[in-house]
Amino acid sequence: MMTGRDRPPFTAGISSDLPSSARHRAVTASEIDRLEGRDVSTHTLKASTDRGRAGDKIFSGISLTAGILILAVLFSVAVFLLVQAAPTFTADPTEITGGNGFTSYILPIVIGTVIAAIIALVIATPIGIAVALFISHYAPRRLARAFGYVIDLLAAIPSVIYGAWGYIVLAPQLAKGYTWLAENLGWIPFFTGPASQTGKTMLTAGIVLAVMVIPIITSLSREIFLQTPTLHEEAALAMGATRWEMVRMAVLPFARPGIISATMLGLGRALGETMAVALVLSPGALGASLIRTGNQTIAAEIALNFPEAFGLRLNELIAAGLVLFVITLIVNMIARFIITRHKEFSGAN
Amino acid sequence: MAANQTLQRRQSQLTRGHLPSYAVWVVLGASVILGAALASLIGFSVVGWAVISAVVFVIAATLVTAVAEGERKAKDRLVTYLVYGAFLIALLPLVSVLWTVLQRGVPGLSYNFLFTSMNGVTGATDNQALENGTPVLGGAYHAVLGTLQITLWATLISVPIGLLTAVYLVEYGAGKNLTKAITFFVDVMTGIPSIVAGLFAAALFALLFGPGTRTGFVAAVALSVLMIPVVVRSTEEMLKIVPNELREASYALGVRKWRTITNVVIPTAISGIASGVTLSIARVIGETAPILVTAGFASSINWNVFSGWMSTLPTFIYYQILTPTSPTAPDPSTQRAWAAALLLILMVMLLNLVARFIARMFAPKTSR
Repeated sequence: MMTGRDRPPFTAGISSDLPSSARHRAVTASEIDRLEGRDVSTHTLKASTDRGRAGDKIFSGISLTAGILILAVLFSVAVFLLVQAAPTFTADPTEITGGNGFTSYILPIVIGTVIAAIIALVIATPIGIAVALFISHYAPRRLARAFGYVIDLLAAIPSVIYGAWGYIVLAPQLAKGYTWLAENLGWIPFFTGPASQTGKTMLTAGIVLAVMVIPIITSLSREIFLQTPTLHEEAALAMGATRWEMVRMAVLPFARPGIISATMLGLGRALGETMAVALVLSPGALGASLIRTGNQTIAAEIALNFPEAFGLRLNELIAAGLVLFVITLIVNMIARFIITRHKEFSGAN
Repeated sequence: MAANQTLQRRQSQLTRGHLPSYAVWVVLGASVILGAALASLIGFSVVGWAVISAVVFVIAATLVTAVAEGERKAKDRLVTYLVYGAFLIALLPLVSVLWTVLQRGVPGLSYNFLFTSMNGVTGATDNQALENGTPVLGGAYHAVLGTLQITLWATLISVPIGLLTAVYLVEYGAGKNLTKAITFFVDVMTGIPSIVAGLFAAALFALLFGPGTRTGFVAAVALSVLMIPVVVRSTEEMLKIVPNELREASYALGVRKWRTITNVVIPTAISGIASGVTLSIARVIGETAPILVTAGFASSINWNVFSGWMSTLPTFIYYQILTPTSPTAPDPSTQRAWAAALLLILMVMLLNLVARFIARMFAPKTSR
């Protein structure tokens, strides 16, 4: 997206710099009269009309209302979810899916959600940061912008298409690899066999999520890498540092808070992503093995069951959504807090 | 003559301890050959060949540099290769997704697919089409219409709210606590999982109109929860770069503040605002999860967003893949799903291009 930073600043000569529409509106006195609803032929000084004053009040009023409405929406998201989720907490434990109360229903899928997000981050963070470095410091200057657009394309593809791709293309490819992992590395709990023959496992879901998280981490980190003071970089190079030493000493320390918050935002996305997991993972009970059928995430659980749900099951799924909302809200708030605290040097907002 | 010799000696000193530029290519060639040999040992495949060659190349080139140029240079080389490698790895899924969608989507993209709905298309129809080799019947017309209607309504809700909020943040609320709160929570809102936005709309309408209320409008409300923060952020950025001299010039002529905003500030920033809105539409048009829980699923055309279930392209793709129309022969359903995926990607790409075009064409001219 084009931001203010991409453009050269406006220079002092207003008239020639501005679009013609704005220039016209800023100059002619008769037009001002027309705007204010005055008769153009009589130029008399008079106190401003009530209509103008009322217009000002109304306009500032409705824009204030819009702003407050947004706060109200976020607040009501929480309230409505709470109200609709409430019956779950008071219901008889045996009526909840699984028959052991809400906690034992939600806990496995919370852990599943966290596992999927961790897999995604472990893969996406190094790649995302490296790609950001590639675009900001390594790629040929002339191509860097085009490469940036290409990575943005990755973010533009709808999640359901990633899900379909993971389901039909990626999972069968990975299934062979999983069999090999189970045979050779089966002693590690994560790779306990027998491996899924369809490849629709937690690891596949995590890989698809990683693909979706990479552009988020990349675009935020890239913004911050580009903000590194050129003097720091040049000073490092002048001391005889190689490019990597320059990056390690000047760029990375400067960008650390930005990288952390980019990762947190990526985590938020990975936690809440629905379609990729719903399509790619064949759900089951919680288990340590990542290459066996099993595990489930909150978002996918809701998407798979909500369309057919009714009665208490509906409340139960909304309660699950509430849990997801709270988790992502905390993660996002921490990320935003880090960004705001370092606003003066980072452009990551 | 003597001067010339000194010059030559100095040059050779400067380049001493440096690998000649062809060294990298030699190492690359050697590792490709070695990679082919190793790959054929464990059963040859192009992917295995590429991976093994790349690993051999990175290790060999680093070692050669370490021997000839020293440890620091070697580290620099290693990181350079890893960074380039990361970019190539990130490109792989993009290329693979686009290739898959094109390859599988193009055969299904016919006039019939674009302009008929799934009304009356059953598993038996699909089985017959497969048996007789006739073209697959049924299409995504209803889903395209649903996508357009729901997105239109979401835009109608979010753009005024988002635009006015941005106006408040930039023009009225500078420095106030409320502004800080709104900015913070708008940022937090961008991170709401899309399915939670869907659940919110579902819960809201369940309270108002009874449980199980699923219409296109509920989906539009869910989408606007996702869309508003994007609109606010992009509009805010654009309003901020409108130069203050313009506002002051307008005030100096006695123009009211709200008139200044509507006739000077917004027209100056309109290109950026329009492209931001277009990008936000591109973001929500591909959302699936909120539609699943709010609009239900329909197989026939529904022109009314206020009543009845509705289908959109993403939910159409989802259901065609997960629950094929004919459980015994999923191929026609898969074909429809990929054709719909191609259509959806084309829409999103088109919106992105339009946004860039608007930003470029109508941007204030800054050069003389």
